[in-house]
Amino acid sequence: MDNGSVSNQIISKRSSVKPKRIDQAIVEIVSDSGEGAQKCGQSLGAISAQMGNGVWTVEIIPAEIQPPARSREGASGIRVRIGSKKVTNMGNHADLVVALNEQVIYGRLRQNAYHKGTIMLIDDRWGTHEVEAIRHQYATALKEFRALGIEVHEIPMEPECLKILPDTRKGKNMWVLGMLSYIFDRDLGKAEEQIRSIFKKKSKAVVDLNIQLLHAGYVWAVDNFPLHYTIPAMEVSAEQVVMNGNQALSLGVMAAGIELCSMYPITPATSVSHHLAENIQKVGGIVHQAEDEIAAIGFAIGASYAGKTPVTVTSGPGLALKTEFLGLAVMAEIPLVIIDVQRGGPSTGLPTKVEQSDLLAAIYGEAGDAPKIVLAASTIEECFHFVILARKLAEAFRTPVILLSDANLATGVQPFPRPKIDTDWIAPPNDQSPWQEGIKPFDWDPQTGLSKRPIPGQKEGMYTVTGLAHGPHGRVAYEPEINQNSAESRSRKIAAFQKTLKPPVIHGDPEGDLLLIGWGSTLGAIEEAVDKGRALGLKVSSLHLRFLFPIVPGLVEIFSRFKKVITVEINYSDTPGDPMITQENRRYAQLAWYLRAKTQCDIDCFSNVYGQPMNPGKVLEMIKKEIANHKSSHVTS
Amino acid sequence: MIGTSHELCTMPLPDHHRDMEDYGKGVARWCPGCGGHSILAAVQRVCKDMQYPPEKTVCVSGIGCSSRFPHYMGTYGFHGLHGRAFPVACGVKFRRPDLNVFVITGDGDCCSIGAGHWVHAIRYNMKMVALLFDNGIYGLTKKQTSPTSPLGTHSNTHPGGSVLPPINPLQTTLGFANVSFVAQTTDWNPAHLYATIRKAADHPGLAFVRIVQRCPVFMRDLYGDIASNPDELIYLSHEKGINVKPGVAKTFKNVLAHDPTNIHKAREYAEITDGIPIGLFYQNIENSRYDDYGAYNMGMSNKVKQNAMEDMLDQYTIRNSIT
Ligand SMILES: Cc1ncc(C[n+]2csc(CCOP(=O)(O)OP(=O)(O)O)c2C)c(N)n1
Ligand SMILES: [Mg+2]
Repeated sequence: MDNGSVSNQIISKRSSVKPKRIDQAIVEIVSDSGEGAQKCGQSLGAISAQMGNGVWTVEIIPAEIQPPARSREGASGIRVRIGSKKVTNMGNHADLVVALNEQVIYGRLRQNAYHKGTIMLIDDRWGTHEVEAIRHQYATALKEFRALGIEVHEIPMEPECLKILPDTRKGKNMWVLGMLSYIFDRDLGKAEEQIRSIFKKKSKAVVDLNIQLLHAGYVWAVDNFPLHYTIPAMEVSAEQVVMNGNQALSLGVMAAGIELCSMYPITPATSVSHHLAENIQKVGGIVHQAEDEIAAIGFAIGASYAGKTPVTVTSGPGLALKTEFLGLAVMAEIPLVIIDVQRGGPSTGLPTKVEQSDLLAAIYGEAGDAPKIVLAASTIEECFHFVILARKLAEAFRTPVILLSDANLATGVQPFPRPKIDTDWIAPPNDQSPWQEGIKPFDWDPQTGLSKRPIPGQKEGMYTVTGLAHGPHGRVAYEPEINQNSAESRSRKIAAFQKTLKPPVIHGDPEGDLLLIGWGSTLGAIEEAVDKGRALGLKVSSLHLRFLFPIVPGLVEIFSRFKKVITVEINYSDTPGDPMITQENRRYAQLAWYLRAKTQCDIDCFSNVYGQPMNPGKVLEMIKKEIANHKSSHVTS
Repeated sequence: MIGTSHELCTMPLPDHHRDMEDYGKGVARWCPGCGGHSILAAVQRVCKDMQYPPEKTVCVSGIGCSSRFPHYMGTYGFHGLHGRAFPVACGVKFRRPDLNVFVITGDGDCCSIGAGHWVHAIRYNMKMVALLFDNGIYGLTKKQTSPTSPLGTHSNTHPGGSVLPPINPLQTTLGFANVSFVAQTTDWNPAHLYATIRKAADHPGLAFVRIVQRCPVFMRDLYGDIASNPDELIYLSHEKGINVKPGVAKTFKNVLAHDPTNIHKAREYAEITDGIPIGLFYQNIENSRYDDYGAYNMGMSNKVKQNAMEDMLDQYTIRNSIT
């Protein structure tokens, strides 16, 4: 059958109902693991991006591969936020949720994903289930959801899909995609394209079956569902690409001309190496899966020492294991890019959830004095471009560079302007010309601390790298001055790099009542909250740090223009007023702690470790409260 | 050498003939009587006989007395972290097939803290020579029990004598997947030491050599008597094995014929505790090599890379975003 004409028929059918214009929608699809909710949501996101909408998607991932069915902790799914403007974060509460069972909803309710007015489309099969206990659970749940003000619609997904499928565990997701495509007025042709691309490795029969499901879901919604919206596209001039943060990191690695990714699998960093394993050979590179994280970085350091350009990709527990080698790379001045896609910690922590708790470990994790460059990407676009930047900095300053990302960026999908690949981004080839006689392997420039390094294969450059204290010749040093001098040189080159940085750009007015400071994936949520606060007349601004070590210049002066400065972070801090917590023992969020030390300004923090991306609504609440508090304390004092 | 200049000869000529001095640097700071000195001389001689360009040779070590080795070589060197010589050496070799790599590691370095990497380096089987300086003790940190210390060794961590049986590095290595070359020699038999390292240098894969090494300071008793008595050595003899000059071979009273292609016999002989068997236990030149995999696709032009990148971005590009 010809799908094209079918989709035309379908589209003509619904033309009688005029969709209601909305400027954004937050949609969730939640199910047991393995029901394809993520595929459905990713498709909805991709279709919307292709239609010119702003999009942000976040995956909801349980810790286990196949947790028991119908369990609260097993909630697996995805949130898709679609807008008429650029979307930079996951937003607050969902406007609409599709649930394949009622139990997984409890898991999401615990995370505050829904509120009064959220529309729920739930598979009604559980209401007639042969097991009485399940029927009872379903009925109770629906009562509870309704009591919360959730607008529940029971949808006959099971019987509708059974008309097409013998077993509905695979395929229902595409029926749901069809239903959502009608509800949000998505382009059916693009949805079909999307299905063809998802199943490109499968047979035509599989593709046709899924398109049939898509159409069935669509038609069912046309005939039976009362709600119909449209989200107009935004104006975009530049050509866009749409991908998640880990894909962007991987593409950045390749665009940087990095030819070796030496890694050990760890969530949520692994998919960077999966993407590289699939593609890097096309640009002459290779992935090495090492026996552990220590070996992964050791291997990368060996390759870098031998003039090759490596990256090692990891997450918190892996970063911890790499610290001794990181110290060696600092000491021996070996260029290296380390990507840390952060997750919840300490220890195994929250493997699939977001946290920004590795900041201080990245800056100060090594034993001994080990200055190096630490930067953090705050958007998916930056995930791409910062790898190239990190590679260049590593080589120019002969140092390891840690690039921080996190679980939110890793799986979040957002469109950004398509990069124009430049061959200047690619690491230069290995220099094998003879080493200039008279130049020592650590010929530190007294002004900048910089030096050039010999590469094996360069005649007359022979030297021995050592992690022991060493002078300019690279030989083991026994004189106390040499250790002091070499430490100075390694520190000085980082200072020389700091001199090239510019003060950060402030979002909002350059002065006011409150300044929020963020770093990493919270950018979108913070700026959205600041914009909303400013629309309410509040004097709030924000700034976002990309360079964490060394720190950008001008902060003290900027801070002095605001009555209060607060960092917004996804990591732990004590709450003032809690039992045992005093001004003396209160532990601050990591950036706040660091900035307090750096600037000696009284910087407060707003942080938590619920494992959730930063929520703009919560940030806005905090803004209102802080400004009100400040005003009232001012009046009374 | 051939009596013609570089310009006239169409065949590539070495820059000059290198001698022992080209491979040395400074004065080795090991204790007098330490086995390290003779191993250093043997490696330098092998480099000279192979005419390895010093700039194309890299000695990678961990931490320990033995791991100071690269500092005494006129080649490139990497004196890294305790236990981590193998990962670094593998990283050096992976994309640099043109480099000659030596790994220098101690019994604590290889068999204790670095044991995980030892298993995997053997399995990667990249072309390199790995020399285990086995003195049965932690030397640098001043006499703690090592995993190869004989049972009952009195050390600073086990003053009453060590309580566990030692790891036998030969037996262990012969159990690792993809093992391709295992030999044993001693620091006090320079001819055999040289012949062993020479054979290892020719091996197309990872050549693992356990060198039974004396530590005159902390383990005076361990090999003291044996070293002065050649009868304690058992010479593994075979045409495919490690062959010393007949004059030297004659000095070995105990000779055991062993075909190094026979891994079962190799494992059996690795268990000999009654004397020290020296020679080639096992060699297989057919094993897969991870450096063959690593050298794949090198030297691609920037233009090709750029085009490939643009193709990849195409997959993520939103077509006709506004219709
Ligand atoms: C991570 C780490 N742990 C411990 C040490 C201390 N350390 C240095 S060498 C050594 C043992 C060396 O023994 P071995 O490998 O047998 O070498 P040898 O000195 O006997 O040649 C130890 C424990 C270290 N340098 N690094
Ligand atoms: Mg030892």
